[in-house]
Amino acid sequence: MDNIKPRVKVPKSASAGEVITIKTLINHPMESGLRKGKDGNLIPRQIINKFTCEFNGKPVFSCELEPAISANPYIEFSAKVTEAGTFKFSWLDDDGSVYETENKIAIK
Amino acid sequence: MNLTRRQMLCASVGAAAAGVFGFSLSASATPEATAESIKNFAGGKEPAMGGDLTLNTPEIAENGNTVPVEVSVASPMTDDDYVESVVIYAEGNPNPDVAVFHFTPMSGVAEAKTRMRLAKTQNVVAVAKTNKGQVFMDKKEVKVTIGGCGG
Repeated sequence: MDNIKPRVKVPKSASAGEVITIKTLINHPMESGLRKGKDGNLIPRQIINKFTCEFNGKPVFSCELEPAISANPYIEFSAKVTEAGTFKFSWLDDDGSVYETENKIAIK
Repeated sequence: MNLTRRQMLCASVGAAAAGVFGFSLSASATPEATAESIKNFAGGKEPAMGGDLTLNTPEIAENGNTVPVEVSVASPMTDDDYVESVVIYAEGNPNPDVAVFHFTPMSGVAEAKTRMRLAKTQNVVAVAKTNKGQVFMDKKEVKVTIGGCGG
């Protein structure tokens, strides 16, 4: 799908060993597959079914989403920062597309 | 089929409500289906109620389309003692599954927030599993207000 823009809020720096909060939002209709369109037919399901977060290639957090997640899925979670590096976030769509973004973090 | 005017009215209002909300009422999940999913997730164990897991939801949700939900598990989150996953179920939705969160020791704390859809007033259940196989459960009732009529 076009015009899908992931947004992520990660602190620019943290002290070593600090637990930071990461907020993510992606605009996506999360079509549940249960809704009917104007013509009376079911609108096919299209949702983000998986979200993952990696830090320097190691998994930090992941999440499997179902149609019961609201449109424009918002996910907030935590991560422990032990070294400077890059967070990589990816969202997997039902249609096979992957939306990705990266954020760097420095050590104070 | 001979419908009276009154029956016709009721039927169309019902259909419109189901259409607007995006769920058909007949396809509702049951608490039994949820219990079955919990059993599969817990690997046959009986989850301990409460304990280290806290599920936070609003008592009353004005809009069933975006209900904030928060889970947190008190855990040291070290390499040999951490929370592996937390799953959320909504008993009254057409499909009770909501989300599964997978944590690692790099998560620091086992906490996550998201927003979910609720079809009607119902119980929301969270189940957490640690790497040692302990299983915790927490349950909250959420009243969903539709069109301002009250739950």
